Amino acid sequence: MHNDILVSNLEIVFGKRIQKHLGLVQGSSVRAKHAGKDLLAGFKNFVGGELTAYTELMQESRAEAMERMLAQAQAVGANAVLNVRFSTASIAVGAAEIYVYGTAVVLAEE
Amino acid sequence: MEILVQLAILAFLLMVGYFAGSRRERRHYQSIMAREKHLNRLPAVASRVPPADGRYQQRLVVGNAVIANDYFKFFLAGLRQFFGGRIHAYETLMDRARREAVLRMKAEAQKCGAELIFNVRYETANLSWGLNNGMGVIEVMAYGTALIPGR
Repeated sequence: MHNDILVSNLEIVFGKRIQKHLGLVQGSSVRAKHAGKDLLAGFKNFVGGELTAYTELMQESRAEAMERMLAQAQAVGANAVLNVRFSTASIAVGAAEIYVYGTAVVLAEE
Repeated sequence: MEILVQLAILAFLLMVGYFAGSRRERRHYQSIMAREKHLNRLPAVASRVPPADGRYQQRLVVGNAVIANDYFKFFLAGLRQFFGGRIHAYETLMDRARREAVLRMKAEAQKCGAELIFNVRYETANLSWGLNNGMGVIEVMAYGTALIPGR
């Protein structure tokens, strides 16, 4: 959907110059685990190893946060988001927030 | 009598945790090392300044993994927390999650033809949530900027 927006956690794009800074853009997503999947995870917890259901949960959550950040970037007219960072917080029992933020800029050919 | 039943359940869980857990961990390490060997060609570095010749395209790549400790290790860690000192069980847990996350990030970068990954960062979260008395469940997310040749 926002494939035309460049996303990077570097601060420079060689061959391009930053024409305009548009400030911080951000997106967040809070997801709760599914009770049925959690039962399985609870069992798996005795033997250890990867909890695939949780890995996927966090991936979906991250994709949603990114999508929101990119929608914001598009709304302010950016064509790139630089210096992107993620932040994860376990905010309550069974729920985690993923927060993603970066600087929205307009890049122009040098 | 009830105490005996409880002890038997505990012993059973510890045994299941020990045997299944160490087997799974060994396998996971084997798989990690095999993939690391394969992906060594694609270096991931923490430097923030990309090579200046500018013949690269940039793209954010991410990898994550949620890994749980087994019951036996959880029990050992509990003892260790009483006496203090190094908790090896949790060290391997963190190590596995970090290496797995980096491998997934590298795999994504390789898929889009990257040569290098710059500005690699880790983000760690505790997802125990009181599940089974807060047994170690952690998520590690690794991300960086893949440099893809050609523009």
